[in-house]
Formats: sequence, C-alpha cells, structure tokens
Amino acid sequence: MEKSNLNEKTIQIDSVKFHWSNKSKFKLHIPELSVDKGEKVLLLGESGSGKTTLLSLICGFLTPLSGKIQLNEKLINDLSATKRDQYRSDNIGIIFQQFNLLPYANVIDNILLPLYFSKLRSANVSNQRETAISICQSLRLPEDVVNMKASELSVGQQQRVAVARALIGNPPLVIADEPTSSLDTDAQTIFLDLMFSQVASSNSTLLMVSHDKSLSSKFDRVIDMKNISVKEQ
Amino acid sequence: MLLKLTFNSLYARLLTVAMTVFAISLSLMLYMSVEKLRTSAYTSFTDTISQTDLIVGARTSSVQLLLYSVFRIGNATNNITWESYEDVINKKEVAWSVPISLGDSHKGFRVMGTNSEFFKRYKFRGGQSIELEQGNNLDDLYDVIIGAGVAEKLNYSVGTPLIVSHGLQSFSDHDDQPFKISGILAKTGTPVDNTVIVSLEAIEAIHVDWSTGAKIPGQITPVEEIRQMDLSPKNITAALIGVNSKLQIFQLQRWINEYPEESLSSILPGVALQELWRIVGVVENLLLGISVTVIFTTLIGMTAIIFSSLNERRREMAIWRAMGASPKVVIGLLMLEALIISVMSIIVSTVMLFLTLYVLQPWIDNTYGILVNIETLAVKDIYIFMLFILSASLVSLIPAIRAYWFSINDGMTIKI
Repeated sequence: MEKSNLNEKTIQIDSVKFHWSNKSKFKLHIPELSVDKGEKVLLLGESGSGKTTLLSLICGFLTPLSGKIQLNEKLINDLSATKRDQYRSDNIGIIFQQFNLLPYANVIDNILLPLYFSKLRSANVSNQRETAISICQSLRLPEDVVNMKASELSVGQQQRVAVARALIGNPPLVIADEPTSSLDTDAQTIFLDLMFSQVASSNSTLLMVSHDKSLSSKFDRVIDMKNISVKEQ
Repeated sequence: MLLKLTFNSLYARLLTVAMTVFAISLSLMLYMSVEKLRTSAYTSFTDTISQTDLIVGARTSSVQLLLYSVFRIGNATNNITWESYEDVINKKEVAWSVPISLGDSHKGFRVMGTNSEFFKRYKFRGGQSIELEQGNNLDDLYDVIIGAGVAEKLNYSVGTPLIVSHGLQSFSDHDDQPFKISGILAKTGTPVDNTVIVSLEAIEAIHVDWSTGAKIPGQITPVEEIRQMDLSPKNITAALIGVNSKLQIFQLQRWINEYPEESLSSILPGVALQELWRIVGVVENLLLGISVTVIFTTLIGMTAIIFSSLNERRREMAIWRAMGASPKVVIGLLMLEALIISVMSIIVSTVMLFLTLYVLQPWIDNTYGILVNIETLAVKDIYIFMLFILSASLVSLIPAIRAYWFSINDGMTIKI
C-alpha cells in the first residue's frame, strides 16, 4: 500500500456554518474536520446531530453559508452547481442506507452507472463489464447475480452491489451513510469486511456514518459529531 | 445508457405505461379517424357529381337545384320545356347534355327519366362511370334500371316487374303500364344507388292518360296504342351540361340565367356542393373540437401519471444525483419518458387506425357511401404528431421541474 502521501488530506473542513433558511432551529457549525488519504473514519452521531447534513455538504449537494470545504485540496464550495455535480461523480462513491440501486436496471448497469457520468473514473476501467464482474466476485456475490435485476436481490446483496458501484473507477473518497443499518449483526460484519478490503484495494478513503458505537474497533479513527460540531443557541 | 435505463424503467412499470399508451393512442386514433372521416366525407360528398360543368333547371336557389337534381331531395319548383332545353343545348359552347325528368317514385325511391347519355356522362369520385352490374340497358320502352341500393333494399333482381307510382307520396299507381327490370347498377356511393331509372319516353308514356297531375277519368289508352304514339318529351326537370371549354362556363351560365323565354337557373355543381357542405360542416367542426379536447385530456392524464410516480421515484432521483447527474439530467429523464410514451402512442395509434380503417373501409363505403382513403398519412397528420410530441414534452416539464426541486433539496436525505 502506498504510504508516501500519508499527510495528504482527502477532506479538510474549516469553520463551516450551515442552516436551512426556513428551518432556523437547526444550525450546524463545524470548526474543523480533516480526514487523511487512505483513512477509514467512522462518524458517530445520534439522529438530528447533523450527520447527514455534513455528508450533503461534503458531497456538494449543499453549500455552506460560510467556511471552507476542501476535497483533495480543492475548494469545492465555490464551484458552480454543475461543477460540483461533476466533482462528486469524479471523486466520491456514495453508499446509502438502503435502496441504493435502480430497481428496474440489472446489476451490471447499476454498477457501471457512475462511469457514465465520470470520464475520469471511466478512464480507470479498461473493460467495464469484466471489472464489474470481478468486483462482484471479490464481494462474494453469486456469479449469476450480475445479470439479475436489482429488485430481485436480497437486501444484503443490494448493499454489496452498492459497494461495487461506489468503488468502480477507484474514486478517492467513499462515503457511506449507515450502510449496515438494514442488515443483521452477522451480515454487518461480513459486509464491513468486504467493504474494507475493497476500499483498501482501490486505495480510497472511507467516511462512514453510523449511530452504532460497536463498530468503532474496525476503523482507523472514530469521530463523534458531538466533538466536532459547536451547538449554537 | 440513459435511453436504455429509461426503457428499463418504463418496462418495470409496464402495466401503467401500457395503459397510458393505450389511452393516448385511443384518443389520437379518435382524432385521426374523425379527421379521416371528415375529409373522406367531404371528398365523397363533393365527388357525388364530377365533370359536369353546369346543372340547368327552373329558376330556384342553387342549393335546391343541386338537392333535387343530384341528391333527389325535395322537389323541383317547376319543369323546363323541351324547347328551352333545346335552345340551351344548341348553343355552340355545349359539348354534351343529359336531360333529367323527375317526379314519380317507386316505394319511396325516386324515379328518374333520362336518356342513354346519362350512363355515359354522369361521373362521380373524380371521373368514375356508373356501370351495369347485371342485365342490359334500357332497350324497351318499359325497361327500368335500378340502383344497387334499390335492388338490395327491395330484394329485386333482373326481370322483376315494377309499378311506378305517380308523384312522390301518392296512392295512385301507373299500374296500367308495368315495367320490367332490365338492369341493376353497380354500387356508386352516390344518390344514383337509390334511383329507379327509366327512359324519358317512358315518363311520357305513363302520363298519357294524365292531365295536370290527375288521371283523366275513364281514359285508359292500351299499351299497344301508346307504343305507336309520339313520346318525345315535352318537359324535363333539369339537365346536366358539359361545355367544350371551361372558359365558356360563366358565359354560358349568364346566357342561361338571362334566357328570356323562360326563367332558368344554372349552377356550377362544385360551387353548390361547397355551399351545401358549409351547412353540413358545422357538425364536422364539432367533431374536431371533441377530438382535440380528448387529446388534451389524455395529455393531462399522462402528466398526472408521471406526477403520481414522482413520489415513489424520489429515491431514484437521489441515486441519479449521487452518481453525479445534474438536476438537468433528472429533468431530461422525465421528459425523455414522456417523449417515449408519446412516440409509442403515435405508433400504436397509427397502426390501430390503419387496421381499423382497413377492416371498416368496405363497410363504411357500403353503408354510408363514404370512401375512406387509407393510403398514407397526410402531411397534416405529421404536423399533428409533431405538435403532440411538442406539447407532451412541454406538459411533462411540470412534473420534471418538480422532480428538479426534489432532487436539489433532497441531497443525501431521502424521504421514502
């Protein structure tokens, strides 16, 4: 594994403030947060603590009212909406809690979807179909699954396909929003192990959100929302 | 990729989509068939008589003259004398003429006296001639040729005897002089189908014992004697006229209308047909209005269906966004969906229309005398299709813009 650029930051957040203008009750203020390249970070927090808002900011769905968000040393909050969309598709693989896949499309098409929007990631994959199949194999998905429709898969299988999709084309950052909450404990462990090995093999940084403290031991670092955000009012 | 996935997505909602396509297709088909019937009815109607340049009759309105001389509807106000008729046809502009004598009937069907010129000169549907389907021409004085409609409704065949009644709704028959059917005409889709045709001489013959519309009491001239008489017609009801040169039509028309010895009218059949159609045409506009409304309704229906699918597809939109699709792509996806639905509807409706027309054409022709043209789509139909696709895309913008707002505001948080 490459360790030469250990001090390179994948995520660097400085005094970011955000609130919905119409929902003035909720205010998020994060003085500082940084994630090193290659790090596996668990972001803990209760519901309503602003985890998802933070992820939306990092992914560029939202822009902060003030402060700086840098991904791979590039300031993203100044980019236009279109450029942020492009930046997201080039640099971030996203795994949701559940229902990650287009139910009507087959597994291969779901996995290859990010490559359609990102030339950068597409360039990292020489043979799209084969790569998708090989990722599926390393995620221990049954061989016949790739041609099945996403809706025909079990929840656990769907989450693994979501990992394959997030990782195809080796994006520098993978963001997972409670990806294991819909799985039982045994499946959680298997899922996390498979995800970790994939993240490691593609040399990506992982930021995973959860409210489950028991997962802490598996990560390089654990960040609690309570400790990084400043409550206002 | 996007196209393929949109198809996948539509296929996953096959039942809903198929119902939508079917509904839109039906309304498009309704519109197109109304259009087809409208234009075909117009063509068939205006083609009831063709290649006749002028119709001459006693002084009356042009629509009325057309109605009784061509459509056998209503009555002539007056006859014209044979002398006037001869004056007209002796004009150098006249190429041919067909005298027509109306006034009697047979079981509700009009009896028309004419001569052999009628079969040669009367044209319909842009130059088609009437033809005998069975039997022979009018050879004998008491021969009669009937139209296809008469034969069918009264179940007559060649050789059947036939009694002509006096007037249109009278109880007195010319039963002393029975006719015999010598021929049956092929179907034309014109009023000729419902006409009983005899010779002009026969009209004279059956009225030998009549004077000013009433039978002379006690006078019965034997048939043998009548056959020896001079039966040259003294009056006719109207005449169809062809001119040598189209340039002379108006000149001849003015001459006839100003004929000093008798009040005559002459009309251009094409113009009179148009005039008549304008009266009938109100209905066609109504039909057109209804079918446009139907199309409009289905467009709203399609939007409603896209709208209702929007909430359950909110998650799908979030996935697209997470993959890096801009909100514009989300709008594009929904519009593409509407586009595919409308194009499929157009294809389905066209296929349905042509299949239906193909099956129904002979029946429509037989029953209503309207020849529906099923050759190709008219340029107008293509315009309508393009207009439909355009408005479908525009209408689909409404749910698409809503999806746009969803996808901008949802970000990572996805409501189920």
